Amino acid sequence: MNKVGAKSLRVFAIELVIYGAFVTAYVLLVLHLLDKWLYRLETQHRVTYAIVALLLIVGQAVFLDALTTLLFRFLRRFWR
Amino acid sequence: MFFPISNTHIDPIYLAVVGFVIGILGGFFGVGGSFIAGPALRLMGVDWNYAVGTDLAHIVGKSIVAARQHRTLGNVDLKLGLFMAFGTIGGAEAGAQLIQALKRAGNVNTVVSWVAIVVYFSISIFMLWESQKTLRLDKKRRSRRKNADVKKDQSAFGHVTKKIQRLKLWPMIDLPTSGIRQISVWIILLVSFVGGFFSGFLGGGAGYIRMPSMVYVLGIPTHLAVGTDLFEIVISASYGTLTHAIKGNVDILIALVMHTGAVIGAQIGVVATQYFAGPKIRLAFVPLPLIGVAIVIYTLVSGHKF
Repeated sequence: MNKVGAKSLRVFAIELVIYGAFVTAYVLLVLHLLDKWLYRLETQHRVTYAIVALLLIVGQAVFLDALTTLLFRFLRRFWR
Repeated sequence: MFFPISNTHIDPIYLAVVGFVIGILGGFFGVGGSFIAGPALRLMGVDWNYAVGTDLAHIVGKSIVAARQHRTLGNVDLKLGLFMAFGTIGGAEAGAQLIQALKRAGNVNTVVSWVAIVVYFSISIFMLWESQKTLRLDKKRRSRRKNADVKKDQSAFGHVTKKIQRLKLWPMIDLPTSGIRQISVWIILLVSFVGGFFSGFLGGGAGYIRMPSMVYVLGIPTHLAVGTDLFEIVISASYGTLTHAIKGNVDILIALVMHTGAVIGAQIGVVATQYFAGPKIRLAFVPLPLIGVAIVIYTLVSGHKF
């Protein structure tokens, strides 16, 4: 493997580890905070639950995408 | 971990790993990965109606990220994507209604399992046949012209595609981004309706139907089909999530956990598309639906749970 390839792989591996740590904490927090509330919503107010579910997944997508982009940029600069 | 909405116990690491794998597939092939996600949830004892709805929710998040990246790479035909969204939404609703009818009849798991097996298997066989034929044709052409463009997109189904494009069913539109001079709106709507139907019925974005249909029926170059499919999935899967959630088929907590793995996987997949030619991407796609077939058969034979 050439130098650039090895460097990209290293940056990616580090990104994966940091991202994994962030996400584990995030998931545990979200599941802990939201599970009962979402369950109640799902059983009692289906339409609200549907809208909240869509907003949650879109919000998470935007948040995690921003997180991975930032991490990647930061690590690239750090290893340069 | 207990997920109260779908009443199942699943390890969150398992969900994140499944998300990661289908994230790579989504970024690389432009498919939602429901032929893996649905059976993978089913394997953990989630009922098919929940597997379908939850997978759709997870795919919304994943596709937003991958579609944005494909848009940056110039792989999205916005005009085509918007037209397709109309057909897909109609199809998704029809598929969701059929799931409801099967749920009421009490045989949703058996019927969806068998339909999944037939659909996934047929797609694999067709793509294997087509991509190998295309690669053989490409090899012959290259031996004649030494300096042939390696990344040029070819299809052994090209003559059928041209006939379809020549059908004069008013209204006709042009798709300059995809290099199509004229095509009937009805053909686009029909292709997207069928894709939407499978999305509503089997879950996911139904990219396993729509992506090959875009390449072989509409004649969209593979790289553009991948990106446009993802863009269109964002719209159709959002609708699918709403309608399935209202019908009580979405466990959003499972979708959120799966999506954390998909984010990182999608990045790898998108970058990988830049290193492969169209027929090779399609050939690499072949074994994936077969994995789904294997899992569904296993759940049918073993009584659904580990």
